[in-house]
Amino acid sequence: MENYMKARGRIFDIQKYSIHDGPGIRTIVFLKGCALRCRWCCNPESQEFDIQTMMFEGKEKIMGRDVTVEDLMPIILQDVFYYNRSGGGVTLSGGEAILQPNFAPYLLRACHDYGINTAIETTGFASWDIIQKYLPHLDYVLMDIKHMNSAKHKEFTTQPNELILENARKIAESGVNLTIRVPVIPTFNATHEEIYDIAMFAASLPGVERLHLLPYHRLGQGKYEGLDRPYFLDGIELIPNDYMKQLLETAKKSGLKCQIGG
Amino acid sequence: MKTFNTTDIPMTDRIRHLIDELFAKMPEIESDRAVLLTESYKQTENLPTVKRRALAFEHILNNIPITIRDGELIVGSATKAPRSCQVFPEYSYEWLESEFDTVEFREADPFHISEENKNILKKVYPYWKGKTNSDLALSYMAPETITAIEHNMFTPGNYFYNGIGHVTVDYPKVMKIGFTGIIKEAQDELDRCNVYDADYSKKHEFLESVIISCNAAINYARRYANLAYEMSQKCSDPVRKRELLVIANNCANVPENPARNFYEACQTFWFIQMLLQVESSGHSISAGRFDQYMYPYYKAGLEDGTLTREFAQELVDCIWVKFNDLNKVRDAASAKGFAGYSLFQNLTAGGQTVDGVDATNDMSFICIQASMHTQLPAPSFSVRIWNGTPNEFMIKCAELTRTGMGLPAYYNDEVIIPALLSRGLTLEDARDYGIIGCVEPQTPAKTDGWHDAAFFNMCRPLELVFSNGMDKGVQVGLKTGNVEEMKTFDEFYDAYKAQSKYMVRLMVNADNSIDVAHSERVPLPFQSCMVEDCIKRGKTMQEGGAHYNFTGPQGFGIANMTDALWAVKTLVFEEKKISMAELKDALIHNYGEGLTPEAAQNATQEVVGNLIAAGKNVSEKQIADICKMFLEGEQNPAKKRRYDEILDMINALPKYGNDIEEIDAFARDVAYTYTKELQKYENPRGGQYQAGLYPVSANVPLGAQTGATPDGRLAYTPIADGVGPRQGVDTKGPTAAANSVSKLDHAIASNGTLYNQKFHPSALSGREGLQNFASYIRAFFDQKGMHMQFNVVSKETLLDAQKHPEKYKSLVVRVAGYSALFTTLSRSLQDDIISRTEQAFNA
Repeated sequence: MENYMKARGRIFDIQKYSIHDGPGIRTIVFLKGCALRCRWCCNPESQEFDIQTMMFEGKEKIMGRDVTVEDLMPIILQDVFYYNRSGGGVTLSGGEAILQPNFAPYLLRACHDYGINTAIETTGFASWDIIQKYLPHLDYVLMDIKHMNSAKHKEFTTQPNELILENARKIAESGVNLTIRVPVIPTFNATHEEIYDIAMFAASLPGVERLHLLPYHRLGQGKYEGLDRPYFLDGIELIPNDYMKQLLETAKKSGLKCQIGG
Repeated sequence: MKTFNTTDIPMTDRIRHLIDELFAKMPEIESDRAVLLTESYKQTENLPTVKRRALAFEHILNNIPITIRDGELIVGSATKAPRSCQVFPEYSYEWLESEFDTVEFREADPFHISEENKNILKKVYPYWKGKTNSDLALSYMAPETITAIEHNMFTPGNYFYNGIGHVTVDYPKVMKIGFTGIIKEAQDELDRCNVYDADYSKKHEFLESVIISCNAAINYARRYANLAYEMSQKCSDPVRKRELLVIANNCANVPENPARNFYEACQTFWFIQMLLQVESSGHSISAGRFDQYMYPYYKAGLEDGTLTREFAQELVDCIWVKFNDLNKVRDAASAKGFAGYSLFQNLTAGGQTVDGVDATNDMSFICIQASMHTQLPAPSFSVRIWNGTPNEFMIKCAELTRTGMGLPAYYNDEVIIPALLSRGLTLEDARDYGIIGCVEPQTPAKTDGWHDAAFFNMCRPLELVFSNGMDKGVQVGLKTGNVEEMKTFDEFYDAYKAQSKYMVRLMVNADNSIDVAHSERVPLPFQSCMVEDCIKRGKTMQEGGAHYNFTGPQGFGIANMTDALWAVKTLVFEEKKISMAELKDALIHNYGEGLTPEAAQNATQEVVGNLIAAGKNVSEKQIADICKMFLEGEQNPAKKRRYDEILDMINALPKYGNDIEEIDAFARDVAYTYTKELQKYENPRGGQYQAGLYPVSANVPLGAQTGATPDGRLAYTPIADGVGPRQGVDTKGPTAAANSVSKLDHAIASNGTLYNQKFHPSALSGREGLQNFASYIRAFFDQKGMHMQFNVVSKETLLDAQKHPEKYKSLVVRVAGYSALFTTLSRSLQDDIISRTEQAFNA
């Protein structure tokens, strides 16, 4: 693109002062649209690429807006003092940031122009040539591995896992700093065997050192109502802390540095 | 590279026991000091005031009951009962006499007073009629000043009713040369006096008073030595017996002579600290750079093997507990403004040396550990941060923050040092600052800062613009013209500045009147002998003896005034969506919301007064109708709808606290209306006025005296806290709020600014959490923020503490410039703390 500052994409939120999505204090840009439909997704408004109306605290709220890189940079730069002091920066999340290849790589590139550290939080579900467009502009990748069984993966996320696993290996081989994250969801993957399998896969990826176990929470449940959509995990209990700690011990058997939370 | 010993030291059982004893009972009001003071005053009526002060101090110290509490290693108590207070009738007394029967049952800071003590005080008080400091101060004030105070335009009550305090004296000097050394200095100066010198009489009296006072302090310590010895002889526990003998030995030597070791230096410190608070009722007597002057004794003790790190910690912990043994009863109104039994004894660690290199040492870490151990409101613990502050110090501070007790407060050397330089301090003195009281920087042992000189409510002048200077039917402010006829925002803003300037001038008159009264009625020779250049100049601090002199009254309400003036600018003048008449009507009627009976009565009085002043007749029926309307709110649906529309338009505007460039730039200018005006004035001690920007906890009670404001704030609700955004309007998270705050000019507010933030403990979890938190502070300071402090406690905890106060007796929260016990705060202040934006990270 001639002038990448004019690249346009679709986001639904910007969150400052995030400390759980990459190193240091970060600004997260949430891109709209995702190829997966994970049942536990806490940002259901992120899934459709189309701009939507959601009921929020009794009022209609428009979810999604189109912005250029140029629009976003001043907002990102507001917190540059915090990035510099903490080793933080910008994280693209979603939705799925790798579904906007004509926007997101340019946003990352612009951040690098200003010396801002970049990260992406991704499902890794895209063709490899698209992902390659992102990698030169990324310092850090947080990638989900949700399940090692493709059929179960498909049942709970609507997509199989083969491409994801393949991309995980390729991203790792590219040499970028990669951390694997596992949303731990009761009824889906919250058994010792399932967590162990994922951790062992993560440990097999070259250069990967860290694994984050993200316990299921239901903070997004209200949004499903706001979007007039059913919440399939209704009635599922949170994972007790003690059990999370046991799963953590299981994950550690892989030899990775493991932690609960981001 | 410097290295530090940061290993945790466990708290001893002794400290737990001392704390439990301290908080076992409600604090009491004792009468001994008042009785002894009055006895002495009756015998010295023909003497100069300064001599009378010294003789009264001596009489008190020779006769006041003394006590050593069970298990204490550091001794010296101003009262028999723990955590109790003496009273100071020479400053004022009427308020206490009138509150004898309510002081035990009031909401904020209750005290028990026995019938016996009530009767004793009732006998003492008649002597003081017409003789108090507040009587004299009042007589100096201009009539319009008194009117303005009566109408709550500003509140100089602190020094009007009490001593000044707000000082750090030369503790290290007394440790080094003892009071015998100070006496020698005074004697040498006396010897240099010639009877024919112009200042002979005053200087001579002052220096003699210094000698009397120092000898009184020495004798007081000897009484403790004797008591400790007697107790040791009766003690059957061999361990305690030995401790008492050491205490006896210490008190026989200090503060008379130089401290021979760390323990004696600690004891010297404490005697000075408590005796300053027997001489006068001034609060915010602050320890200054404790880690700096204690470190040499600590180091020497470790090196020669006479001291262990663990024992040093225990002694420092003991001092921390003792800070809480002192107390002060205030009048009911002030108690709300300074809620939490706080004496604001601040103590500073870290920062730079006078040579500009990092000053952090192992004693700085021991101070942090002491606050972690004791978890008590006092001392208010402050840390100085600069670009060269070691990361491990920041991390240890963050660990203390994470405990949720609101300590430490973080101060930015990179702003404060230039700020002090701009006020005429030398570079060395500016680098040597410590924190006084809430947030006020001062160079120790050289400054009479008169910090905290008054509360200036920045919202009140705006009310006067709408009323053309009238308040409750009285012309209190200037006649700046009919607000409906103002043609431009500049005209309106100029009217605000004019009203504000007028009130600043009256406040200066009030403070200067009080200042003169202190010099004439209550000069303080004991305090003065430990502050340069009093001995050399032969003057008390109150007469201008200190090297640096300031007066620092604090403005608050910047966030409200920024949003309010912005609303007027955009909605009335630019977009013309609301007429000025409509806005004025909406403010008078509190946007159509009902008022409390008391507030409704005041509002009625105001409207009726204005009608009468305009030459109109008002019938009883009309008055009743107006009052009913204020009580019940607007009942007419059309009117109510319009009020709601107006409020919605105001609420939809961008607000200070969200990192919006044009609003924040405007806030900077609004703050200048106070800070730049104030610094034009001088005090009677030859010093300059300098602004602070902080409300202590007065934003709640003084908000209760302030009608609705154009920022959408309803009548009599709290005003924004410190320099922070209004409650609940900062929706963009902690970095945006901090960025907005950093865009104010902090350096010009050299009397201190206060920025409260509230975090969930989860934000500081793990080493990474601590590191990010430290980075957050550093980044705010990179942008020239001056001060930051944190409440780290969950909302649920606070709500539960309101419901079950008995379960949370020791829950400490940061209120303003100090930490207080949550359950002792008034309900409204509790609510205010709870409603502050919870800036949990991604919780």
